[in-house]
Amino acid sequence: MHRTKILDHVILLIGVFIMVAPVVVAFMTSTHEAADIHSNGLSLTWGGHFAETYETVLTRAGGFTGKITGFNMMLNSMILGLGFAAGKIVLSMLAAYAIVYFRFPLATVAFWIIFTTLLLPLEVRILPSYEVMNALKLTNTYTGLIVPLLASATGTFYFRQFFKSVPDELLEAARIDGAGPFKFFIDVLVPLSRTMMAAIFIIMFVYGWNQYLWPTLMTTDEGFFTLVRGIKQILLVWVGSNIPDYNEAFALAILAMLPPVMIVVIFQRWFIKGLTESDK
Amino acid sequence: MTGSSGDRRDKAGAKRVQFSSPFLPYLFLAPQLAIIFIFFYWPSAQAIQSSFYLEDPFGFGSTFVGMSNYADVLRSNEYLGIARFTAIFTVLVTFFALSIGLLLAVKADGVIRGNSGYKTLLIWVYAIAPPVAGLIGMMFFDQHIGPIVKLAAWFGLDIKVGLDYFDTAFAMIVVSVWKQIPYNFIFFLSGLQGIPVSVREAAALDCRSGTRRFWTVVLPLLAPTAFFLLIINVTYALFDTFGVIDVMVKDKAANNPITLVYKVYMDGFRGNDLGGSSAQSVILMVVVFVLTIFQFRFIERRVHYN
Repeated sequence: MHRTKILDHVILLIGVFIMVAPVVVAFMTSTHEAADIHSNGLSLTWGGHFAETYETVLTRAGGFTGKITGFNMMLNSMILGLGFAAGKIVLSMLAAYAIVYFRFPLATVAFWIIFTTLLLPLEVRILPSYEVMNALKLTNTYTGLIVPLLASATGTFYFRQFFKSVPDELLEAARIDGAGPFKFFIDVLVPLSRTMMAAIFIIMFVYGWNQYLWPTLMTTDEGFFTLVRGIKQILLVWVGSNIPDYNEAFALAILAMLPPVMIVVIFQRWFIKGLTESDK
Repeated sequence: MTGSSGDRRDKAGAKRVQFSSPFLPYLFLAPQLAIIFIFFYWPSAQAIQSSFYLEDPFGFGSTFVGMSNYADVLRSNEYLGIARFTAIFTVLVTFFALSIGLLLAVKADGVIRGNSGYKTLLIWVYAIAPPVAGLIGMMFFDQHIGPIVKLAAWFGLDIKVGLDYFDTAFAMIVVSVWKQIPYNFIFFLSGLQGIPVSVREAAALDCRSGTRRFWTVVLPLLAPTAFFLLIINVTYALFDTFGVIDVMVKDKAANNPITLVYKVYMDGFRGNDLGGSSAQSVILMVVVFVLTIFQFRFIERRVHYN
């Protein structure tokens, strides 16, 4: 019995090592100088150049046009993550409310129109989506970055499941008290959904922050680059130079993963709740 | 679940008591529907339409060519090679991500103490974006500084990611699996912890061997979770690995392994082959459509179990 327990821990520790080590190494390496990394390889020790490297990466204007800094990219990522998460929650709560709480002739049709979107990810229609954006003149705008990503029913599906689990008695009681649809929504349903909203907000923020393909297509103006979208540019510059700026590439990678990773670690309970309870 | 009578209205999520208003529900649905029509149905319809046309490369209109874009795509050896790689890639990524995730979840579930510590340490990689994971992967497989390259050199292997087709494929799979393990871990662990204590005790009495208990009692109970994850992982391998691949092939797709989605992107945006790219999109749509229908049917059946 005891021996299996020890073996379990060993397997878990190997798992933890494999998951954690690459990121720790990436961070440690980012604190070394480029030439140092070039001759000595990746590092597990503290290099002492943390402040300089991260300051350079955050404030130096780079890119081909020289107008984007790491800080700007971080801001853009933040706008994308927050805008997407907020938009997703508002749109999908309203839609789910209509579907679950209203009797109207086209309910079934609306349901299927919305839920068909779960069948096809954005990736399979990237080219026509891009053309639609062009036709609407939305390329290189925050609207174009955020709104098309909202065209899927994931959030609506989550809230629909949640609303269905809310006891019918609440609505009956509210109606006896004379509450109309708006009052019931704002005074009863929204407060009840707080945990659910938080969980979905976290998942959607991480999803939005981590978007890559869509921002890559949508933004050619470097002023709109997000950190994750900037990765490719970092690599292209990095490949060209004699002694590649490994330290800066790693520093940007760390910055690009920091907010979503912190959110997942800090709000772990809600994050897991949102993932596991809503998907089924 | 509220009443499982299974009629159409119930599926649409109706409550026993409802508001009735001639225009309010449409008002609430309007924003979501507007976005879905403009950014989902319109482009999807356009993909299907342009898959039947041959676009003039200079933008002077297009000619209806029927199924010939599809025929070209499906007859092309390059496309079939990429389809084969995509299939192998998907199977390997799904298999390893699922089995390692399951192994870690079973161990974490068995170890009561330290469980939440392991949980925290194992799940956060989920939040790393695929291209960021790809960048870190690139560094670990780098010719000059990559520890994995050095390790392989010890065994007499010469890994050349970005140059050697097989080596690049290997690195892509490793990075993609690494990134997906936490997701599977979370779901398997919650699945395991959802098994009632009484069932576990009964199983422990009936079957003393831990391994056999796992295969005969635990795994069947996890089957719904595993099935759900199977679909999610296949979708992940097909689509979400785009970032990993894009970072790793470094714009030299020609002699590197790529997946079908990457090919759609290459042909559409680099090659300006609108018809061909659209036909490929539609082929992928059909694949995902079938997969998801399969999943919906299964989930529906499971809802009735509750």
